[in-house]
Amino acid sequence: MTLPSDLKDRFPLLSQMVHGHQIVYLDSAASSQKPASVIDAMNNYYRTINANVHRGAYEIAAQATEEMEQARTRIATFIGSDSPNEVVFTKNATESFNLIARSWGGNALSQGDAVLITDMEHHANIVPWQILSAEKGFEIRWLPLTPEGLLDLSHLDQLLDGVKMVSITAMSNVLGTLNPVAEIAERAHAAGALVAVDGSQYVPHLPTDVQELNADLLCFTGHKMCGPTGIGVLWGREEILDSMPPFLGGGEMILDVRRDGFTPNELPHKFEAGTPPIAEIIGLGAAVDFLSSLGMDNIRQHEITLTDYALRSLKDRYGEELVIHGPSDPAQRGGVVSLQYRDIHPHDLSQVLDQRGICIRAGHHCAKPLMKELGVGATSRASFYLYNNEADVDALVDSLELAGELFSV
Amino acid sequence: MSGLEELYKEIILDHYRNPRHRGELDCPPAHKSEGFNPLCGDEVSLTFEIEDGSIKQLRITGQGCSISQASASMMAAAVQDKSIEDVRMLSREFKAMMSIHEETMAAADQETVSAASLTLGDLEALKGVVKFPVRIKCATLSWNTLLTGLDDLDG
Repeated sequence: MTLPSDLKDRFPLLSQMVHGHQIVYLDSAASSQKPASVIDAMNNYYRTINANVHRGAYEIAAQATEEMEQARTRIATFIGSDSPNEVVFTKNATESFNLIARSWGGNALSQGDAVLITDMEHHANIVPWQILSAEKGFEIRWLPLTPEGLLDLSHLDQLLDGVKMVSITAMSNVLGTLNPVAEIAERAHAAGALVAVDGSQYVPHLPTDVQELNADLLCFTGHKMCGPTGIGVLWGREEILDSMPPFLGGGEMILDVRRDGFTPNELPHKFEAGTPPIAEIIGLGAAVDFLSSLGMDNIRQHEITLTDYALRSLKDRYGEELVIHGPSDPAQRGGVVSLQYRDIHPHDLSQVLDQRGICIRAGHHCAKPLMKELGVGATSRASFYLYNNEADVDALVDSLELAGELFSV
Repeated sequence: MSGLEELYKEIILDHYRNPRHRGELDCPPAHKSEGFNPLCGDEVSLTFEIEDGSIKQLRITGQGCSISQASASMMAAAVQDKSIEDVRMLSREFKAMMSIHEETMAAADQETVSAASLTLGDLEALKGVVKFPVRIKCATLSWNTLLTGLDDLDG
């Protein structure tokens, strides 16, 4: 099965012109575009059933609650979870990691313990641990990379000694590397550690099954998977989430409040203080429906084909003048291509491409420790999604030449 | 390409390809100031010597985009032998040129040269950056770094 060829037509933004060119959107690793079905679902909520959830006895409040909880169930199914109670709504993956660090880590970690992360983590899976470590005094260890940008597992078992949490990305947002999460999780579990996974780049692009991943906790964000901004997910095994104290306090997350204390609510509401982003949750539910209707296997296959085409086109055209970071085998990576063309600074490259309506990202991609490992201050990153096609890749490849001309010495 | 030509003026590209005043001075007697642009990872490190209240020498190291590196190079040329007071004034004028208030945007559209901007000289070539707001920080990085360094002298 392949993806329908008219997918761009379902994304209203992608028909826009920028600087006289039809937009070529190659920054889905930062944020994806939204199909009309997602935008409509959110509008429909505001136009017809906008009401606060969970306590209203009247019709539209009941409908809003029903829509929101149905979305939770579909999102749980989408990632292979046993129960919607395991799906906690957060603001984004960053908040999900902060929740894990603060709630689980604040309870479980102290001096003498260690948390293992990797050299390719996003700041969202670094800084929350650093903040907590400054308070609790536990150690943060870093799993290194091979020269090709894969995780170097040769010393994993030694590194796991004394580790209580392994917190790793399933796919690098800079290198595109797909990590052997299940294998690492098996060894981590054998060493007595829990495993948290950053699925921000993985869940939108590959079929995801939390049982197969062998993860205990999984963080991802809605806006990178055709959903809206402002909605993220923390999935966790029920017994682990149950053991964790509440994160934010307030309405919705309590069963009872007395002058002398409170009793937290059941899962997942225990972690959802305050009025939730109802429209965003409904929007993410519509996004999951959209992705499921296309088939995650088909999306993955489309991206392998497109990434392969991009890697070959770029190398054929520019050869040694171009450095592409990360694994060279498209099967080992997602559709994220970080590149350095001659000595043109990524900021300048993306500026030139912008004049052709091509959107790529330049910068450190919130992965400064990785930038240091790569020996660069920044990279230019093109990233693909289900709506991109070979013409988009051709536009990217052609436009590099324009930058080359402008900055030639 | 017209938009790009306004940003990447020939003189800017020249300073980028052939940066002036690169290098590092011994500290002490020179003073050092480092600046970072957290958004894009650009960094600039300045070492400079003050004699009789004026900048005698200034050297630059660092990495970054053409705008940040050219701006640093042009700044080094512009502040050479200027008194600290004049450098502060020049930086105020430069940053005023880089501000994205609407009247400044309008002013940037006009080809008239104001009395104040005469003293900016070559630095005026960077005026086009204002139309690319995300790049303003690139252009002002070296100036802010120098100002921090000068403030530290007083401290």
